[in-house]
Amino acid sequence: MRLIVSNKNILLSHLKIADIVGIKSTVLDLGCGNGDLMAYLEKNKNVNSQGVEISEDAIYKCVEKGLCVLHSDIDGVLDVYPSNSFDFVILSQSLQQVKRIDDVLEESLRIGKKVIIVFPNFAHISLRVMLFFKGRAPVTKSLPDRWNDTPNIRFLSIKDFQKFCEEKKYKIIEKYFISNSKYTHILPNLFAQQAIFVITK
Amino acid sequence: MEHKLAIKISSKNVGIVETKYFTFNDLVLENKHKLSQVTVAYETYGTLSEKKDNAILIAHAFTGDAHCAGYHEGDEKPGWWDSMIGHKKAFDTDKYFVICSNVLAGCQGTTGPSSINPETGKEYGTDFPVISMADIVTVQKRLVEYLGIEKLLSVAGGSMGGMQVLQWAMSYPENICSAIPIATTMRHSPQQIAFNEVGRQSVMGDIAWKYGHYYQTGNPDRGLAVARMLGHITYMSDVSMQKKFPIKEKEKSVKFDFNADFEVEEYLRYRGSAFVKRFDANTYLYISKAMDHFDVQKEDFLPAEKNINIKFLVISFKSDWLYPSYQSENIVKYLKMKGQYVTYCNIHSTYGHDAFLLEIKDETNLIKNFLSNLYDEVNSVK
Repeated sequence: MRLIVSNKNILLSHLKIADIVGIKSTVLDLGCGNGDLMAYLEKNKNVNSQGVEISEDAIYKCVEKGLCVLHSDIDGVLDVYPSNSFDFVILSQSLQQVKRIDDVLEESLRIGKKVIIVFPNFAHISLRVMLFFKGRAPVTKSLPDRWNDTPNIRFLSIKDFQKFCEEKKYKIIEKYFISNSKYTHILPNLFAQQAIFVITK
Repeated sequence: MEHKLAIKISSKNVGIVETKYFTFNDLVLENKHKLSQVTVAYETYGTLSEKKDNAILIAHAFTGDAHCAGYHEGDEKPGWWDSMIGHKKAFDTDKYFVICSNVLAGCQGTTGPSSINPETGKEYGTDFPVISMADIVTVQKRLVEYLGIEKLLSVAGGSMGGMQVLQWAMSYPENICSAIPIATTMRHSPQQIAFNEVGRQSVMGDIAWKYGHYYQTGNPDRGLAVARMLGHITYMSDVSMQKKFPIKEKEKSVKFDFNADFEVEEYLRYRGSAFVKRFDANTYLYISKAMDHFDVQKEDFLPAEKNINIKFLVISFKSDWLYPSYQSENIVKYLKMKGQYVTYCNIHSTYGHDAFLLEIKDETNLIKNFLSNLYDEVNSVK
């Protein structure tokens, strides 16, 4: 099965997630959307996955794919999952929409042995330029919505997240940075559009 | 064969159907009381596969019956869930064998308080033993066995039908692959019991009720009709009532008598009087009590050591205030904690509790795909 995602950076991040989780692992995808990633992991990696998603339309698409999903806010359901019940908890493009970040990450680290987080870097140079020279709230491929209709309520940079992990004493065990559908290593906080972190306690 | 029908039956419909009957002896109830003979009214649609792995049981709600799809000879209205059962519908009768039966203590063909007690030759009335949701499901299990089915592909139902679905998972977890409880609860809240109690008081307060022995003297129609009117209010929502019965200028007149001035009054009166023609007051009492006492958690529901694997699809509706979404969410949470496979959707709807009979497109979307993926899986395992 091929993975079809229109945004190439996100496609690359999904392929990286597939590498990270490996074969036959158990995965909880928080904010699983239409279930494209879960379906890909199930078919290609024999992964056993479950998802949580707030959009009703997305739930229908997940059920069509034969996926196991809960229609809920991420914040509202985490207490039902036993500790260490998944190999991986994934927050791909959903962290920036979470209200209670501290609780959700703490709970994710309790439920999953490892947590994979993928988010758009708000300190990318193109965003800095838009804000600095144009004086407008940035709209880019990674952050495609205008200020008035974005689902995002958090705007964080790679540095912000690293600092956060340091304060919380979360261990960053893997990290990958994506720029224009390629991996990048140079000054990620300036040049990476998407960041992938694998963290543990 | 030609049928005299005033309406044209769509090609998606299961067509003309008949209620069938199955009788067995000696049913021991949960409370150890015995019924010497039980008759079950049931209907089936579609064809049972050779492997007998495509059977789905539909459980009806409080006042429902076995006739959930197709038309009875001469009828103009189809069964109560006809839009969900048939060719390429949610419960696709091209693929699945669908069964529906009237519940124990019912009054639409299955043995209940209005049936003749073989020991006295008269109607049971309130001499009929108290029954539980577990007893209702035990009778369904007997029917399923009689039809030669060991394991059902699924059990599905809304409202009290959903309670039976949960009871199946409780009583016969090894005999179902999946369960679809819709707009239901693991136990009644005080509010739900309160509404049922007002309904019962209305029936029992009718002078014609006579402690349940009214079959020779005339039914407590007045009390039962009022109970039904109350029921109908709880099945709708503020929004759905506003849409259905917009208050017209002429209705606002200061002059009034005590006739039905408003459309909603007329509707409720009509519903009440239509209901008493098809429903038995004692059945109303027995079944509503069985619902109030239903509590799937009173015993260890889905114990871990039994290694039970049932796939659950839980559905609720946002405007349902009689069986609010939080009750379905509690089901989901409980099942998750027991490590069960659960998919849950809280469907946007303004219809209130009635939504499970009306939100056909969204329910179909979920149920059709859920069942088809499950059926493929069941077949690939074999």
